[in-house]
Amino acid sequence: MIVAVDWAGVAQQVVSGLSSGGIYAMLAVALVLIYRATGVVNFAQGELAMFSTFVGWTLTQHGFAYWPAFLVTVLASFVGGIALERAVIRPVERASVLTIAIVTIGLFFVVNGAAFWIWSPEVKSMPNAFSTRPIRIAGVAFSISDLGIMGVSLLAVLVLWVFFRFTKLGLAMRAAALNPDSSRLTGIRVSWTIALGWGLATALGAVAGLMAAPPLGSFDQNFMQPILLYAFAGAVLGGIDSALGAVIGSLALGVFLNLLGTYVSWIGTDLRQAAALAVILVVLLVRPAGLLGTAVVRRV
Amino acid sequence: MSRALRIGAGVAVAGAAVVLVLVLPHWLSDAKAAEFARAGCFFIAIVGLNLVTGYTGQISLGHGALMAVGAYTTAILTANHGFRDLWTIPLAGLVAMAAGFVVGLPARRLSGLYLALATFAFAVAMPALLKRFSGLTGGSEGINLFDKALNHSTGALGHVHVLGRTLATNDFLFYLTWGIGLVLAGAAWLLVRGRVGRAFRAVRDSEVAAASSGINTGLYKMLAFGISGFYAGVGGSLFVLVSNWFVSPTTFGFDKSLLLIVGAVVGGLGSLAGMALGALFIQFVPDWAADLSSAPGAPSVFFGAAIILVMILLPAGLGGLFRRLAEPLTRRL
Repeated sequence: MIVAVDWAGVAQQVVSGLSSGGIYAMLAVALVLIYRATGVVNFAQGELAMFSTFVGWTLTQHGFAYWPAFLVTVLASFVGGIALERAVIRPVERASVLTIAIVTIGLFFVVNGAAFWIWSPEVKSMPNAFSTRPIRIAGVAFSISDLGIMGVSLLAVLVLWVFFRFTKLGLAMRAAALNPDSSRLTGIRVSWTIALGWGLATALGAVAGLMAAPPLGSFDQNFMQPILLYAFAGAVLGGIDSALGAVIGSLALGVFLNLLGTYVSWIGTDLRQAAALAVILVVLLVRPAGLLGTAVVRRV
Repeated sequence: MSRALRIGAGVAVAGAAVVLVLVLPHWLSDAKAAEFARAGCFFIAIVGLNLVTGYTGQISLGHGALMAVGAYTTAILTANHGFRDLWTIPLAGLVAMAAGFVVGLPARRLSGLYLALATFAFAVAMPALLKRFSGLTGGSEGINLFDKALNHSTGALGHVHVLGRTLATNDFLFYLTWGIGLVLAGAAWLLVRGRVGRAFRAVRDSEVAAASSGINTGLYKMLAFGISGFYAGVGGSLFVLVSNWFVSPTTFGFDKSLLLIVGAVVGGLGSLAGMALGALFIQFVPDWAADLSSAPGAPSVFFGAAIILVMILLPAGLGGLFRRLAEPLTRRL
């Protein structure tokens, strides 16, 4: 059932798990951003990231190198995310959480369909962001691409943390998420902080998508769906209201999935998702608010 | 409105619904009757989902998988154990009810999104499990009762004789699904108005307050999932019959679960007439969208846009529109 373990192999699998975990983490943080601002899981988050990736892909088809295309796409996604929030979320801002969640499901269908409509169903491939050479560290060969993706993910999350922790705008956004009514009284335009949250989440999703696509070799319009699933699972595992929890949960999930896929062969690809979710469920039964989530104290 | 009036209004609506179901097939083509029958399956599942989400306040992303349990119960019993398909319908409900209790088990500790993830895990696992245990379920091929148990599949060869009358198969399926649907909707109506329904709503409005009034919140959440599983199972069982006596793992992918919750919210949680509209919405709007344009992806764009539009214009769902239109009337009563 379990094949012999060689430690170099394990180290490689852990690093490559951390790299996919880093991608889940970015999307998970995007989910947490929107969850904290509006109390909703954005079902369209993965599809938005996919759409951004296809925009980036188009740029690379028109003479852009990978990194310039990356930058343009992330900026465009930021603006696009804000515009989207103004167009479809703002009209239901005061409706129930479930109503907003259903709007994001509608958005899921629209964005997924639009990408098929615009880019036709053939699979695409993306130029690599990093060198495909391996690098030797302490006698073990690691993939530069894995390390690079890990680095970019951590950097992206770190930049976001600095923004929320040390800027006035970040403070305003945190305040608006925590207590919209009081924030409004102090002059924060709460509605716009939500839009800004959508912009940041969409930009973060774009980074995730652009990191995830090249190593796949070929990808189509559905490539972000399993990634969203893992991001959601990672975010819930960490505690859906904690960004740090989302990062830790996603990284742990990435490593766990990789080890599971490599060393427990009878699980197979089909059951891998199910097994991962089952393990998360067990963790949640022990800690019902996730690893780092705050247990909600309610006044009656 | 006084209690008597409210019950009177309920009876009147129920009577109107029965009459509508009885006469509708006369105006429908054969193919349309089949589509309406399929909507009837969604209706039953959505009424069940409404008990969990609308009345108990727990989001379920796994009702498609509960439908799968019902569907496979019917398919396996009919194909391999010589049952007549119609008699498996209540059994499918009971098996799915058991599955619903299992899905609801984490509800004893989890709430909100954490519980939603548990149901979500169930939905994602279902197709994989169905493929995995292929000895029982036929694997990714699925089960085709048309090949395997033709003589146990009611109406599979054209006509059905009921009460001395001969009905076209699709008309029969229409009456079957909507007949069962109305009975189950009536049962749900009675349930939510009784002690259990009151407990459900208390859990929804505030778990803490419900617990401090002596309601065992975990138990009632589980109960909601169990009962709702029965509905989904019956809906899934009927879904096999209206899908040409065929079921496969892809019939109940995660998208079905999403579709059901869309139907419930678009229809308007907490309104039974709304549930019917929600079922019709998820049955027919994708078809209309496909008629608009056949370009790849275009139908999906139109369907998604329709969902967003309904939610923006009617945040309380299509059922909310009914209530708003009826309000000037009912206020006078």
